[in-house]
Amino acid sequence: MIVMVGVVVASMAGMSIQEEAKGAAKPTLLFLGLFVSTGKLFSFVQFIGFFGPLIGIFLGFDSINRERASRTLSKLASQPIYRDSIINAKFLAGVTVVSIVLVAIILIISGLGIRLIGVVPGSEEVWRLVIYVITSILYVSFWLGISILFSVVFRSTATSALASLAVWIFFSIFVSLGAGALSNAIAPISQSGAGVDPNVVIQHEQIQHTVSLFSPVTLYSEATSLVLNPMSQTTRPIAYALMGPLEKFSAARFQNPLPLLQSLIIVAPFLISIVAITFLCFGVCYLVFMRQEIRTV
Amino acid sequence: MHSLSGWGEDSVEDQIIIETETLTKRYGTQIAVNNLTLRIQEGEVFGFLGPNGAGKTTTLLMFLGLTEPTSGKVRIVGFDPAREPLRVKEKVGYLPENVGFYDDMDARQNLRFIARLNRIPDKVSAEKIDELLQQVGLFEEATKKVGTYSKGMRQRLGIAEVLIKEPKLIFLDEPTIGLDPDGTNRMLDLIHSLSREKNITIFLSSHLLDQVQRICDRVGIMIKGNLVAIGPIQELAQKKLGIGKEHYTLEELYMKYFKEA
Repeated sequence: MIVMVGVVVASMAGMSIQEEAKGAAKPTLLFLGLFVSTGKLFSFVQFIGFFGPLIGIFLGFDSINRERASRTLSKLASQPIYRDSIINAKFLAGVTVVSIVLVAIILIISGLGIRLIGVVPGSEEVWRLVIYVITSILYVSFWLGISILFSVVFRSTATSALASLAVWIFFSIFVSLGAGALSNAIAPISQSGAGVDPNVVIQHEQIQHTVSLFSPVTLYSEATSLVLNPMSQTTRPIAYALMGPLEKFSAARFQNPLPLLQSLIIVAPFLISIVAITFLCFGVCYLVFMRQEIRTV
Repeated sequence: MHSLSGWGEDSVEDQIIIETETLTKRYGTQIAVNNLTLRIQEGEVFGFLGPNGAGKTTTLLMFLGLTEPTSGKVRIVGFDPAREPLRVKEKVGYLPENVGFYDDMDARQNLRFIARLNRIPDKVSAEKIDELLQQVGLFEEATKKVGTYSKGMRQRLGIAEVLIKEPKLIFLDEPTIGLDPDGTNRMLDLIHSLSREKNITIFLSSHLLDQVQRICDRVGIMIKGNLVAIGPIQELAQKKLGIGKEHYTLEELYMKYFKEA
């Protein structure tokens, strides 16, 4: 299903890029546009950001409690293997599948993209893609960790699946809604937009941005959009709106793509956060599993 | 059937395969196993009896290193299961009650998986799997998915899984429950032959007292976490029920202890 959607998205993006590039005098880093261009509906990056968690949840939600339900867990535990190798294996198997799936999709889209737009990626674009794939694998692994954790905690596979889905919906929809609500409550901006104090706007944006960063979905989409789109130079679009005329002028003078290293420096905190929550999630999962008693019933 | 040779004055110290000393397990304030002291000889068939919730499974889990004792000492095949679980699990097979299998794999695949977990190379295990399937009478059905197996076939496959690691000691939890009379007899004969022919120690926990009486050399009765009696059935019966009867059933003995507790 993901492969199919990926191919559809790529072809749509390819067509829209063709149209865009016709007018442009000197298109730069066109190839990456395949992944970030919204085309007709949504971009591939948005798609993985929203539905990637489902891959992770699907792979992990019944990993431990199904062994428990089919009474194979006590048998496994009585074999000469360390107990943590059970949970490590469950996690690593999931990560391997996720890696294969994501790399395969990226390769399919790239191949299709080369045929559609006739542009071969340069080395910088390839590096950016590699970073994007690694980030995506970590991101999906985080969701895998969440669902394995629920499969350790809950005895029933249905409960753990529903709990994982609830977390997914919470982070992908409600956190951003909540962020908007909270920032409106603390620093309200009138809808008319007239006579707005810039300081309130800044505060409003800061609160909204900070709260929404609690969601791994936001973390991931901001980090990857910057990695894949060298033209964007900040994770906060509002910053540009609040610039003075001189700053706008100087920003406009430097409308060139950022070098890879500079993009990385901007997104480093995001990438580190994704790595951290993934490891944290697996760590909690590991601890809970190791402390649980393996009973026959 | 009750050959008690090897147990008595000529027993040798290093033949002890299970040894516990004041082994205790508490869950919060509840005592699951209280000061269990037990010694089991190599090659013995030991019946571990007791009502539900008496602490039998907890004891088994402590023997396998799957749960840590609160206090006391355990040594299984010469190793401490809490410290060196892998050394113990290499030598010990465990057949839980209502054992589970990977139902979408056939008998051979299930056995090969367990063999791999025991680090037996596929080349070695292939031959052994066929041999074991013959032994437990599943050779003809080996290519069927385990999900289609009957209760008796699953139980026999469970025994095969336990035997693939060539254990010195086997823990069986209710091995005959839910089996038909013919299946029960075959299972009991199999257990008996393992003990007699391969000198494998069998530690069997069961509620089916007539079966325990048929195959066990010694029994231990555990009630509310305490081991209230241990020894050969006839000896215990004579002590407890008094001399004068020709034949004692284990049931009479068990009920006597149970009512006293």
